[in-house]
Amino acid sequence: MYEKPILQVKHLQKQFGEGCPHCFDKESVYLEKNYCTVCGTVHAVRDVSFDLYPGEVLGIVGESGSGKSTMLQGLYFDSSMTSGAVYINQSELTGQNVLSLSSQQKRYIRNYIYGMVYQNPVDGLKMKFSSIGNIAEKMIAAGNRNVSNIEKRSKELLENVHIPLRRMKEEPQYFSGGMQQRVQIAKALSNNPPILFLDEVTTGLDLSVQASVLDLIKQIQRELHISMVVVSHDLAVIRMLADRSIVMLNGEVIENGLTDQILEDPQHEYTQQLVYSLL
Amino acid sequence: MTIVELNGFGKAFTIHHLNKTIPAVNNIQFSMDAGEFIGIIGKSGSGKSTILKSIYRTYLPDAGEIIYQSKQLGRIDLAQATEREMIFLRKNEIGYVSQFLNVMPRTTCRELVQNALLEMGETRETARTEAENALTHFEMDPALWDSYPNTFSGGEKLRLNIAMATVKKPRLLLLDEPTASLDQHSKIKVREMIEKLKQQGTTLVGIFHDIEFMEGLCDKVFDMKTNQMSLAFEGVLHEG
Ligand SMILES: Nc1ncnc2c1ncn2[C@@H]1O[C@H](COP(=O)(O)OP(=O)(O)OP(=O)(O)O)[C@@H](O)[C@H]1O
Ligand SMILES: Nc1ncnc2c1ncn2[C@@H]1O[C@H](COP(=O)(O)OP(=O)(O)O)[C@@H](O)[C@H]1O
Ligand SMILES: [Mg+2]
Ligand SMILES: [Mg+2]
Ligand SMILES: [Zn+2]
Repeated sequence: MYEKPILQVKHLQKQFGEGCPHCFDKESVYLEKNYCTVCGTVHAVRDVSFDLYPGEVLGIVGESGSGKSTMLQGLYFDSSMTSGAVYINQSELTGQNVLSLSSQQKRYIRNYIYGMVYQNPVDGLKMKFSSIGNIAEKMIAAGNRNVSNIEKRSKELLENVHIPLRRMKEEPQYFSGGMQQRVQIAKALSNNPPILFLDEVTTGLDLSVQASVLDLIKQIQRELHISMVVVSHDLAVIRMLADRSIVMLNGEVIENGLTDQILEDPQHEYTQQLVYSLL
Repeated sequence: MTIVELNGFGKAFTIHHLNKTIPAVNNIQFSMDAGEFIGIIGKSGSGKSTILKSIYRTYLPDAGEIIYQSKQLGRIDLAQATEREMIFLRKNEIGYVSQFLNVMPRTTCRELVQNALLEMGETRETARTEAENALTHFEMDPALWDSYPNTFSGGEKLRLNIAMATVKKPRLLLLDEPTASLDQHSKIKVREMIEKLKQQGTTLVGIFHDIEFMEGLCDKVFDMKTNQMSLAFEGVLHEG
């Protein structure tokens, strides 16, 4: 019950632009949402902190532009953060802010500890590689050399995400959006990552495909006990997947709590708007 | 042994865009012993659900204490417990059943009941047998076991809801009008289930608009008058 978080995120911040005295303060009248009208800086992520515990799904909700993807990209080292710290509870990394590690060490974390499913499949897949090739590439990066093992595992993963094996040699560019997302999930799982980031995995998919992707995620959590950060602007998705959630607005965390509490007894004015607009 | 105790408990809802605060309940004093079955009655809007949902922390309590004697965590104030503690207690000790079913889409009836057990750490085999036992007990037609509940009737949904909560053998079960919208036969099933849980030592708090139906089962009945809880009956409840 009283385990340590597997991932701790502290005061993460990311700004596009230099910033100026008029936008240091979050309450500044010169800010239009996350944009400083004086210097033109975009404060995409402002002081985001949270803990992720072993085996849990943490939901992150917020409107378009609230900084969800920017935050995940920072956590996954796709882009550098302006400031903040991230700690991973794995023996070889104890006490180290992983944001300030060398690029080689970051690559190690991406290959062995993290998995990522991008909002846009183009960012997560090589569209002109075969589906099985996409998975194999990730496994090779994680140090696998045995070709028959790689093939066996890739097939297993594709089957798990319900991609028919007869289509495994096809390039994802010819797949539907839902299939592309499922190949991304298979790829992200190939190195058995203890931590998985999922960015809007069901957005834009039709309802029955959405349901099967949600089901798959739930199954992964139950059976593999992977800790996940699930980003979505869709409260229904968060309700299905996450026991705990945080709500972001203009790069900040404005509310956190049990997911059903956020939905039934939202505290913040913005969360209330978000929830009531659904009813 | 006292298992739940509300001291000066209060809850108000602040609706920002209306600039309004709704005081749902205020200064509630109430306690119940392990193994008791407590009924709550009162007119609509009197705060019955607010109390149960605050114990389960679907609502965030804003005044007073909700002391719960946990088997695994010891004495804990649910009004102050961390989210992680609440999640733990919901998985292992405290159940909540309403007349609504909120479940994963495309998950079969059988899987839903099994998953409730798997998340408590039961083995696959145990989960499978206990799920089948529960579905059988609530007379869920085996033809429905492997179908998706979105097509179920109100009564079937409710029986599934109750099956999911009770397979976990919670120490404390909160029932928010579980029999609303049920036919007589299904209601009798619910009553039998409550009787059985009581025998197993489960503490139950239930809101019932037709409390007479629980005749002979409730140890105490509280009436939410003027948004306070007052003891209406104690001992065996008689009709009329
Ligand atoms: N490279 C960039 N340069 C300037 N601004 C950027 C850049 N990338 C993102 N932003 C800005 O940062 C803010 C957060 O963007 P982000 O993509 O993280 O939002 P999001 O919460 O993921 O939204 P959505 O739900 O639409 O995916 C936005 O205002 C966006 O315009
Ligand atoms: N989620 C909520 N948001 C705002 N007000 C609520 C909410 N839940 C209950 N209330 C208000 O609190 C009061 C008590 O409601 P409730 O506990 O549902 O009553 P009961 O279950 O006794 O019918 C009512 O005035 C109701 O409108
Ligand atoms: Mg995004
Ligand atoms: Mg009610
Ligand atoms: Zn500025």
